[in-house]
Amino acid sequence: MSEDDDRSPPLDLRRADIAESSNKTRNCTGVSGSGGSVPGPGPSSMEFQAPYPDQVLENVLENVLQFLSSRRDRNAASLVCRSWWRVEALTRSDLFIGNCYSVSPRRATARFTRVRSVSIKGRPRFADFNLMPPDWGAHFAPWVTAMASAYPWLEKVYLKRMSVTYDDLALLAESFPSFKELVLVCCDGFGTSGLAVIASKCRQLKVLDLIESEVTDDEVDWIAFFPESGATCLESLIFDCVECPINFDALERLVARSPSLKKLRLNRFVSIGQLYLLMVRSPQLTHLGTGSFSATEGMAQGEQEPELFTAFAACRSLVCLSGFREILPDYLPDISPVCANLTSLNFSYAHINADQLKLVIFQCHKLQIFWVLDSICDEGLQAVASTCKDLRELRVFPFDAREDNEGPVSDLGLQAISEGCRKLQSILYFCQHMTNAAVIAMSRNCPDLEVFRLCIMGRHRPDRVTNEPMDEGFGAIVMNCKKLTRLAVSGLLTDRAFSYIGKYGKLVRTLSVAFAGDSDMGLKYVLEGCPRLQKLEIRDSPFGDAALRSGLHHYYNMRFLWMSSCRLFPQGCQEIARALPRLVVEVIRDDAIEHTDETVDILYMYRSLEGPRDDAPGFVTIMQ
Amino acid sequence: MEGCMAFDKELNLEATELRLGLPGIKESEKQPSSTIKSNKRAFPNMDEKSCGSKDSSKASHAQKCNQEIASPSKAQVVGWPPVRSYRKNCFQAKTMEAEAAGVYLKVSMDGAPYLRKIDLKIYKGYPELLKALEDMFKFSMGEYSESEGYNNGSEFVPTYEDKDGDWMLVGDVPWDMFISSCKRLRIMKGSEARGLGCAV
Repeated sequence: MSEDDDRSPPLDLRRADIAESSNKTRNCTGVSGSGGSVPGPGPSSMEFQAPYPDQVLENVLENVLQFLSSRRDRNAASLVCRSWWRVEALTRSDLFIGNCYSVSPRRATARFTRVRSVSIKGRPRFADFNLMPPDWGAHFAPWVTAMASAYPWLEKVYLKRMSVTYDDLALLAESFPSFKELVLVCCDGFGTSGLAVIASKCRQLKVLDLIESEVTDDEVDWIAFFPESGATCLESLIFDCVECPINFDALERLVARSPSLKKLRLNRFVSIGQLYLLMVRSPQLTHLGTGSFSATEGMAQGEQEPELFTAFAACRSLVCLSGFREILPDYLPDISPVCANLTSLNFSYAHINADQLKLVIFQCHKLQIFWVLDSICDEGLQAVASTCKDLRELRVFPFDAREDNEGPVSDLGLQAISEGCRKLQSILYFCQHMTNAAVIAMSRNCPDLEVFRLCIMGRHRPDRVTNEPMDEGFGAIVMNCKKLTRLAVSGLLTDRAFSYIGKYGKLVRTLSVAFAGDSDMGLKYVLEGCPRLQKLEIRDSPFGDAALRSGLHHYYNMRFLWMSSCRLFPQGCQEIARALPRLVVEVIRDDAIEHTDETVDILYMYRSLEGPRDDAPGFVTIMQ
Repeated sequence: MEGCMAFDKELNLEATELRLGLPGIKESEKQPSSTIKSNKRAFPNMDEKSCGSKDSSKASHAQKCNQEIASPSKAQVVGWPPVRSYRKNCFQAKTMEAEAAGVYLKVSMDGAPYLRKIDLKIYKGYPELLKALEDMFKFSMGEYSESEGYNNGSEFVPTYEDKDGDWMLVGDVPWDMFISSCKRLRIMKGSEARGLGCAV
């Protein structure tokens, strides 16, 4: 449940050019250093060549650099000199692509030849909220095709917001005999048939995690495709987002022969009775997603209730609990045996009230991560604040995500949390009403805050008490929270709020803005003031071409800029494209938006080594 | 020809006209329909309409949007609040279920050719229900009193059939009991209803 964490330093595009040209002239007679833990196709020549001095250095370097794990460190090391660049490339086993269009599969696989694990991110985040027309891109296909030949030893694939097809999964399953981990977050384009092919062909599969992905029901019994006999290597099986019924018998047998299984997250088609049967088979679980946590419809009155309490008591290693998709609150107390050990609890699909929450939360002293629905109200948050002194991450989601409804949580809840949970590092809070005072209080009480995302659902809503803009609250956050790297703002905000962000938000990497600001100055403050800014997403704010120009010095340092329904015109976007040739400037037409003038619907721009992509759909214009 | 006209009047077609809308709302009271943008994407929220966000990026947009928030019609903005469709869908079903599970009943009125159907759940109490019935069938029923029933020479009287099959006067039992026991409503001619108020 952790946020993506990008620590890559600014990409020096000119150096990358140099590095690339040196690649072409590279001499390939080097003998691989001994003791390297990266087996792979090595030279078959048995000729002994007296090692030249550089060669010795390279061997040593290889042995040293293989221990570097942080990609920031690796990027830095690769810029030292040609030799270091070469060796770093040989020893990099984890490849992270923050934007699938920033580099081509060909280029990436040519530079890094011994990769075991690949992470690729595709669509921009605002696409999750239907702001991007469908079929925009981010296809896994060209990547899996390139990797099928380049990385025969590939073990792990992590994809976020990518479009993955059945064919992609089939190719993956076929091409990598050592394949161990597949993690798909917010992906789409595939169905249960794709899962089946993974299950049946990836014999070394340890991890199959589907997180918030859209999986179509191809009416394939994918669970039954895991090899029927013998123990599996499965350590993690997460499928709570799969919206189709599951063959429970096959699942039960699978769990029974998966002795290494530590993480199991069931979908809502698993009833509480079935959950019990699974738990009994796997008391070694550390992470459990409980499925529906509700009785099946057919359960008659007086039918034996599952001894859930006992099952939970047997799970001594359980630290992370989620699920509760259709919770029957009567069963909630059954989780009590594990509460004292829980470090992570996800109630964000459980429609429970404060009293029901209190039944369990008062025992959760070790809780560090807590996701919940606003149905627990301010009162529930107060209970959390009084008990969970170790809380690091809190997310409060709205049950009824509409603008004009009653707000069960408010500034009162936020205030309580700030006073009780002093170690808070990350918060996402949806509410209807907020005050500057509560936000200021949090800025003072929680100095460790790194992520502050406040969503006041009513657009342009001022301070509930003073009726003033929310400028001072967010200003206090950037001023007092010295470790802040991610910020999302909302409510009535003037340019002043942005001046605060530009002045104090020196570490901010990700900024989300919606329905805020008065003029170009707002955006200018941010672009001129925040040197670490990498991801900027803005919607429905009055920022125009002049503001866009003010970021020219910085755009190469960013992963992307998204601006939708702002005051941008095609000419302004084109200016940027012409000034910065290594930037891909996409102007995306969204037919759902009514056109009253020539302003651009969506601007999405990102640095890239490849120039305009060749898979852009008709509604995308790449400015040049 | 004239005979037809008279017949039409008596039929009172307007009263029995099938419309989408709460009973009792006249044509003129209808909210002007907000512009529905042609959304090519499938949204889980069927009420979702785009707020005029393009127009609003002008100097006075704050004002305008505040007005929009104040207006009774809940115009939904695309992608706002920023909650993923998956999550929205999960609870959409629940809130819609809760809202959809109404208590629909047939209402007949002596002399009127067509039955009406109403959802009892949308009314909070007798006064609302009775007013709605009066508007729907264009009559008045007079004041209710426990001892006398609907008096003051009203021509029509609201009655209902309960679970046991008995015909009762509307208003005799507490509202909650009424909702759970009422099977259908009949607006009876006053003369026939005499004696009902004394039943029980």
